[in-house]
Amino acid sequence: MNIATEALIAFIKIAVVLLVVSLVVAYLTYLERKIIAHIQMRMGPMRVGWHGLLQPIADGLKLFLKEDIIPSKSDKVVFVLAPIMVLVPAFVVYSVLPFSENFYITQVNIGLFLILAISSLGVFGVVMAGWASNSKYSLLGALRSAAQMLSYEIFLGFALIGPLMLAGSLNMQKIVEAQSGGWFVFSQPLAFIVFFIAALAETNRVPFDLPEAETELVSGFHTEYSGMKFAFFFLAEYANIMVVSTVGITLFFGGWMGIPGIPLPGFVWFVLKLATMIFVFIWLRATLPRYRYDQLMRVGWKFMFPLVLINIFLTGLIKYLFL
Amino acid sequence: MELPFFYLFSAGIVITSLFMITRSNVIHAALLLVLSFFFLAGLFVLAGAEFLAAVQVLIYSGGIMVLYLFSIMLMNVQVAVRIRQWHRQRFFAILIVLILGFEIWSVLGKGVFPAMKVWPWKLGATPGNVEALGSVLYTKFVFPFEVVSILLLAAMIGAIVLAKKRIDS
Repeated sequence: MNIATEALIAFIKIAVVLLVVSLVVAYLTYLERKIIAHIQMRMGPMRVGWHGLLQPIADGLKLFLKEDIIPSKSDKVVFVLAPIMVLVPAFVVYSVLPFSENFYITQVNIGLFLILAISSLGVFGVVMAGWASNSKYSLLGALRSAAQMLSYEIFLGFALIGPLMLAGSLNMQKIVEAQSGGWFVFSQPLAFIVFFIAALAETNRVPFDLPEAETELVSGFHTEYSGMKFAFFFLAEYANIMVVSTVGITLFFGGWMGIPGIPLPGFVWFVLKLATMIFVFIWLRATLPRYRYDQLMRVGWKFMFPLVLINIFLTGLIKYLFL
Repeated sequence: MELPFFYLFSAGIVITSLFMITRSNVIHAALLLVLSFFFLAGLFVLAGAEFLAAVQVLIYSGGIMVLYLFSIMLMNVQVAVRIRQWHRQRFFAILIVLILGFEIWSVLGKGVFPAMKVWPWKLGATPGNVEALGSVLYTKFVFPFEVVSILLLAAMIGAIVLAKKRIDS
């Protein structure tokens, strides 16, 4: 295969993944509203299309056609760049996610590390947005968000070390293949719990949605944003939820690998697991109240951090003694 | 195939660094520095050090620079922007640049660059340089590695002690 055809195939794959992810992300907003509505004994969106199925498209059109407001006292360049800085890392990460046995954009030997590195850049967009808006609410939201994302990134990374020690590779496909004997969630339950909590905090979800606590900060770092720029933040948030869920199912639930005995294609397993994971994210939003800021930091540094360190130590010990 | 990318990344580093040191707004300078880190990571990838590239982005861009921005944001940037950038130092600045340039030129001109003979591992010998780096770090260089980690720990504790105004005994 020469370079031209290879490049063409890569471009087609990227286009497919981008389109599908954008569509799924748009429909995640619908799913979230609908699920929360039903949990709260409401109907949710019902007007646009059958049971509100066209609602995300209507929302998207509305945001697209809205006037693009840039506050006059803002730093214009940074203000415009911030939503892009949030959205781009969220989508770049999809390049190394394994969607099925043979559908992925690329495989690199630092796969998981690349995901961590790129997704750590999302916080820049948040900080830029908060500062460039020149508004107190935005700045406070951005500060909270940066502190939260920086702290929980550490626990997220450390929680991933346990399963990585068992897999012996950073390549996402190899991590999946290493779980053919059993999913890592059974051998690494501690790591999974810490990972899940850290993932909620990384994506600014309830119960860690302090950066956009609407009762205190209007809506946090994106208070001054409207129209398409606001939509970018919104899309990035849901794209990040998908990324974190995919990393979770890849490392702890065997990725696209199914339960032996049930013949379903790998991609179907992947979608099923992803859907379950995202459902739990939304379910938690309808269930839990918000943490206070000092509680958030305390739970992280004094509870989760020792826990992951113990987990790494135990994994190493067991691996050294028995494997 | 790699050469155009090398020039692209190098040009990126030079241009972003130049812009970085000439901005009067500190936030813009910090953001440009992040951009130059990206290009540097690109160079690392070209050199076959993917792990280093990822560390570059994760630690420098994603960690340290966010903390920088964090503290800069709490400063009053508007005042900093208004401070003059040129303090009638142009003559001395040019003089020092000339001297330094001459020194670098003379050293580089005389210096011989021996080809890298002893490399701890061979590129491409192992499935990926993450494994190679890990095994070298924990066998051959385990002592310096541990010394560095203790040094960093001491620095961290020192910083906490300095930052904490009153320590409850």
